[in-house]
Amino acid sequence: MEPPQSKEKNEFFYFALRNNKLVIGLIVVFFFLVFAIIGPFLTEHDLNERAGPRNQPPSAEYWFGTTTFGQDVFTQFVYGLRAAFIVGLVGGGLATIVGMMVGFFAGYHGGMVDELLNMLTNTVITIPKLAVLLVIAAYLTVRGVIHESIVIGLWSWPWAARAVRSQTFSLKSRNFIDMARMTGMSSMKIIWTEIAPNMMSYLFMTFVLQFGGAVLAAATLDFIGLGPTEGISLGLMMQHSFNWSAIQLGIWWWFVPPGAALALLVGAMYLMNVGLDEVFNPKLRER
Amino acid sequence: MKRYFSRKVFIYILTFFLAVTIDWLVPRFMPGNPVQNMLSRASIQSDAAEVMRGYYTKAFGLDVPLWQQYLNFWQAIFHGDLGVSVYMFPEKVTNVIFRAVPYDLALLVPSVLLSWIAGNKFGAFAARSRWLDNTILPITYLLRATPYMWLAILMAWSLGIVWGIFPISGAYSFSMQPSFSFAFLVSFLRHWFLPFASLFIVQFGGWAIGMRNMIIYELEEDYSHYLESLGAPRSLVRKYAFRNAMLPQITGLALRLGQVVAGALATEIVFSYPGIGYLLLQAINNQDYFLIQGCFLFIVIGVLLANFIIDVVYVIVDPRTRQGMEGT
Repeated sequence: MEPPQSKEKNEFFYFALRNNKLVIGLIVVFFFLVFAIIGPFLTEHDLNERAGPRNQPPSAEYWFGTTTFGQDVFTQFVYGLRAAFIVGLVGGGLATIVGMMVGFFAGYHGGMVDELLNMLTNTVITIPKLAVLLVIAAYLTVRGVIHESIVIGLWSWPWAARAVRSQTFSLKSRNFIDMARMTGMSSMKIIWTEIAPNMMSYLFMTFVLQFGGAVLAAATLDFIGLGPTEGISLGLMMQHSFNWSAIQLGIWWWFVPPGAALALLVGAMYLMNVGLDEVFNPKLRER
Repeated sequence: MKRYFSRKVFIYILTFFLAVTIDWLVPRFMPGNPVQNMLSRASIQSDAAEVMRGYYTKAFGLDVPLWQQYLNFWQAIFHGDLGVSVYMFPEKVTNVIFRAVPYDLALLVPSVLLSWIAGNKFGAFAARSRWLDNTILPITYLLRATPYMWLAILMAWSLGIVWGIFPISGAYSFSMQPSFSFAFLVSFLRHWFLPFASLFIVQFGGWAIGMRNMIIYELEEDYSHYLESLGAPRSLVRKYAFRNAMLPQITGLALRLGQVVAGALATEIVFSYPGIGYLLLQAINNQDYFLIQGCFLFIVIGVLLANFIIDVVYVIVDPRTRQGMEGT
């Protein structure tokens, strides 16, 4: 099959819509996004209110059942999904932006700047993110989802920085960059108008990966007991169910939905990432 | 090779320096009074509390200038002094941690190595196979994204409670004392299996996907096409592709280590497995800052050591690093 020859954009959509990985990934992410946005309007219960009898299995009235405290699991779930998207957007977004800055400067300037920034990147990448989050979160007595996202974002950028740096490095030696430099453009302007647009696809893929990473990191932190002190998240749901012996009591409806949502959402992100890679890079497409 | 190693070691020293600095900085520049927090949570009698308050104010060294506090902190670290635990007062943090480390190694070393080997083999096998690509690989994407503790909870619930095949709490039966008897070994292995398996499965997914994508890159390289055009058998081309794809996977192992350690911490909590993860949970519940900081330092040191080992392996596997050409 020949792709339509008219415009580059059309070609992108032509391959994008025929890439199963990308389409399936997008559908799943979109489904959860809609769920997170409209979900809270579908429930008449409050987050912590005692909505009904304790430990009820899923039923027509309590779609996902109730907890040991009689809270509605469905209500917690949809608010938890919202929290997951907030962490992904803020944490993943922040990591991508900081990573971009560091990557652009290191890759474009090279030399000493590169050497120093590279050293910083390698240092930060070696220290496990969760370990740092642990120490910081342990000392914060009041924690919100936003705080959590910011701390995660500020410690996740090295992956993005590495990726962006190597891309910038290879773009830098192209002719059009030399031309831009000859016209006397400032390096900031070259980075923003010449380099960045040429790697938009790459930056977007980086963001997708960072989104997934931030969501998982937050879930682990919440489970260990250093999550938000107010509100709910999918990780907190798992922590609560675990703390109140849902495993031993067999209250599976309390811990299955949050973990399943995390695995599906983040898995869809990873799938999307590979799909996008195939769309942008013709060599990788299935034959 | 010398250059390669000296650069790496320099980075590691820098990393350790940064880690210690974070460890020092956080308690001093966070809102609230750590000593007060710590004592308000630890439920002890008032006269014991006074002794502890005196000890901790001194231990944090809050009464001397900042630069001196920082130097003292380094000095204490070089003496192996990470303070005294609140949760297990008056035991030393280092002792508490040393007792937990073997359990961490028992889970981490086999699960990391076996999943890396098995995942890479499977990923290479599955690449460019339309059938596997559409059936098993989507599952590995899910596995890679599965939160470690969730799989651990699912396995504990299904295999431990519903079917009752495996115990789900502790490292060995509570009625036993550690010994070298056969019965103890069986008990240990039965308790070890579920946490190990849940760690193994999640990591396996990650390596399989990574290898599959890497092999596809390699199969599209010029050398692969050249070999193919020469009429080399498919298996030979694959073999070369596999060897080349291995190198990034070794680097990947070093980079992924942090995540795996985090996963192991959460898994230990699910199974009440007495490693550092379980210790951390106790430390957090008891606001035991010294223990938390000690665990942090130990995790960083462990990851640094593992990184160093991986670097050595890399030099052995990749001849280019040995001949002074920069590898990574």
